[in-house]
Amino acid sequence: MTISIDPQKTNNESLQPKGWLRYFSFSLDHKVIGIQYLVCGFLFYLIGGTLASAIRIELASPMSDFMPRDVYNQVLTLHGTIMIFLWIVPVVNGAFGNYLIPFYVGARDMAFPRLNAVAFWLIPPSGLMLVASYFVEGAAQAGWTAYPPLSITTPQSGQIIWILSVLLLGGSSIFGGINFIATIIKLRRPGLKLMQLPMYCWAMLGTSLLVVLSTPVLAGTLILLSFDIIANTGFFNPVLGGNVVVYQHLFWFYSHPAVYIMVLPAFGLVSEILPVHARKPLFGYTTMVFSIMGIVVLGLVVWAHHMFTSGTPPWMRLFFTIATAFIAVPTGIKFFNWVATLWGGKISINSAMLFSCGFIINFVFGGITGVALAQVPFDIHVHDTYFVVAHFHYIVYGGTVFIIFSSIYHWFPKVTGKMLNEKLGILHFIITFIGFNLCFAPQHWLGLNGMPRRVAEYDPQFQFVNQISSLGALLMAISTIPFLINVFLSVRNGKDAGDNPWNALTPEWLTSSPPPVENWEGEAPLVEEPYGYGKKIYDQK
Amino acid sequence: MLNKNIYLILIISLVFTISFWIGFNVNLLPAEASINAPIYDELFKILFIIGLIIFIGMTIAVIYSLFKFRKRNDQIGDGIALEGNLSLEIIWTIIPSIIVLLIGLYSYNIYDRMGGMKELNHNHEMMSSNSEKIWAGISQTSENEIAINNLSIEVSAMQFAFLFNYPKGNFISGELHVPVDQKVSMKMESKDVIHAFWVPEFRIKQDIIPGQPTILNFTPTKVGKYPIICAELCGPYHGGMRASIIVEEESDYNEWFNKNKKPEANL
Repeated sequence: MTISIDPQKTNNESLQPKGWLRYFSFSLDHKVIGIQYLVCGFLFYLIGGTLASAIRIELASPMSDFMPRDVYNQVLTLHGTIMIFLWIVPVVNGAFGNYLIPFYVGARDMAFPRLNAVAFWLIPPSGLMLVASYFVEGAAQAGWTAYPPLSITTPQSGQIIWILSVLLLGGSSIFGGINFIATIIKLRRPGLKLMQLPMYCWAMLGTSLLVVLSTPVLAGTLILLSFDIIANTGFFNPVLGGNVVVYQHLFWFYSHPAVYIMVLPAFGLVSEILPVHARKPLFGYTTMVFSIMGIVVLGLVVWAHHMFTSGTPPWMRLFFTIATAFIAVPTGIKFFNWVATLWGGKISINSAMLFSCGFIINFVFGGITGVALAQVPFDIHVHDTYFVVAHFHYIVYGGTVFIIFSSIYHWFPKVTGKMLNEKLGILHFIITFIGFNLCFAPQHWLGLNGMPRRVAEYDPQFQFVNQISSLGALLMAISTIPFLINVFLSVRNGKDAGDNPWNALTPEWLTSSPPPVENWEGEAPLVEEPYGYGKKIYDQK
Repeated sequence: MLNKNIYLILIISLVFTISFWIGFNVNLLPAEASINAPIYDELFKILFIIGLIIFIGMTIAVIYSLFKFRKRNDQIGDGIALEGNLSLEIIWTIIPSIIVLLIGLYSYNIYDRMGGMKELNHNHEMMSSNSEKIWAGISQTSENEIAINNLSIEVSAMQFAFLFNYPKGNFISGELHVPVDQKVSMKMESKDVIHAFWVPEFRIKQDIIPGQPTILNFTPTKVGKYPIICAELCGPYHGGMRASIIVEEESDYNEWFNKNKKPEANL
């Protein structure tokens, strides 16, 4: 197999704008698209974070006094939807996937560059549409789960715009998934075997399989829901003989795998970061690959654990308990392997390493509460309470978002050719880690003791703990300041990074930083041992 | 080498001791007021201790590695070229599998003791024909166990209130009164959107679904007033959708019941 370059594409590229303007163009360069995903996602993260702050301000007092009750429901709906569909999914998949996968397989671009650009450019309009729906007749207010009949009976325009927006974002995600599968399978450089690929490729292969298998189910479900809303059909509307529990099954058939769509790429990224900064090979490569695929398979058959208190018969509750709990086994293998990767290394304690270790600690905690939640009798008490809110924030924020930051510290020199400031980076880590744990750890207690989720008011006895949680949220908001200062200062005046500041062995570092348009001046290097630390003698600066 | 092993054993036993101590001495749960609650708390304690052991152990491993294997200023070069260890991998596949399996079996046992695996029968005179399908719930009443003196209540939920219908007394109440130490059998249905019936002190919860009746049976064990909380987002006033369950001595309950019951019920 050879890598051919479509002549038409090359022509187009010469016509495309250079410099910073190219980030606002319909660029076909996977690196430009990756940065577009990242920056766009980060802007939506700031919006979603503002909404989160509004929620924590409301919850600083037991009364519903900060905003009207229906606006509160709109805020929590938009917060969830934005953070999932516009920040985490596009960034861990779209941003890092686009930037890294072609390097890792030794290609000059993704398999379908135009589809790639289309997938990105679906995101800004659908995101803006979602945010703007607030100004039409109020945004959707049935939660990001949009359970009927609530989603059918709340104001229609907001719900319909929400559906349209999620459909477009789902479409973008499917385009991306197809592109990653094709690139990883078909565009590998000659001589590069599957079992020599960096772990992130395997994570993205697994994730993309989940995306392609489960996102269409969500799309179909939301189309049926929109029919119920605008065309008076009765798929899920009990008044017309519909079944509301069927919606929940269909919704969670996508939305549980969505958790793995958010965490598997993070598992891949941390597997790239730890070996570099610990100067050790990734421990247990083969078992890591099998555990990713194990998580993919199991991830498809656990959705009903979100429905243990819903209309589910006893046998079903029990089956999904066992299936869910078993996901802990392949996940646990990965965490033991990462700790074993650190063991005996020569670890540089820098921002990337600290965020990765913060990820391990937070995710282990979230994973343990996850195994507990998988047990039906345990879940029956805490389902739909703040315990669940705390659990999934430990997974998606303490887990994935920590890895997004870790990855930014790790790959910033690759993208810009400049180093980020380490002191500001460590400050960023400390405030984020303390703020995050202060915000979410107390919420476990709130849930156990009787505070349901998605409420604007609560019993006065919970006020003190809620205020601790809000203080943590304030620290999390503050933590973005040193990060943003760091990025803006370093892009302009950062220390020169050279081509390979970490002495890493994965292929993206074996070219200049920032890389040329088609990734390598000559032929792509054949990297047979991306984790061969301690084996070869090479230049140590 | 011997020294190293002693330290390892010391640390592991310390982790276990701390975890067990916290597990037995830190109470994170509200009061126990139904026969389900102590069963639930038993499961909680076990999961809490196992979770603490794993969490503290992993955290110590990460922090110790960061400290012990940190790169000193004068060091160059890489760590050891260790790519894996098959026996270690097998150990940390099999041991977690066994733990997970045991937890699963144990929680099956707990769920069974809570009545979760019983057939979904609703002991209700009004519908003794059993023609209506019950979709979900916690039953605690097996077929041969249906006793006449069970208290049957029909719950209907709507935005943003619960109503409790006492068919024997032919009246509807906004407060749920039940006698202590007696099995209560509720059939629940929603009039509009999905709600949920949750009493934290009882450790039970079940969604109330439009078009699909669900049941929830429980036995309160402690006299007192407890909140009934709607746990499923049901609209703007979801946070205010509350009711109270009043568990009282049988004589007090009978007094309340007789005061409220309507005469037609005797027909």
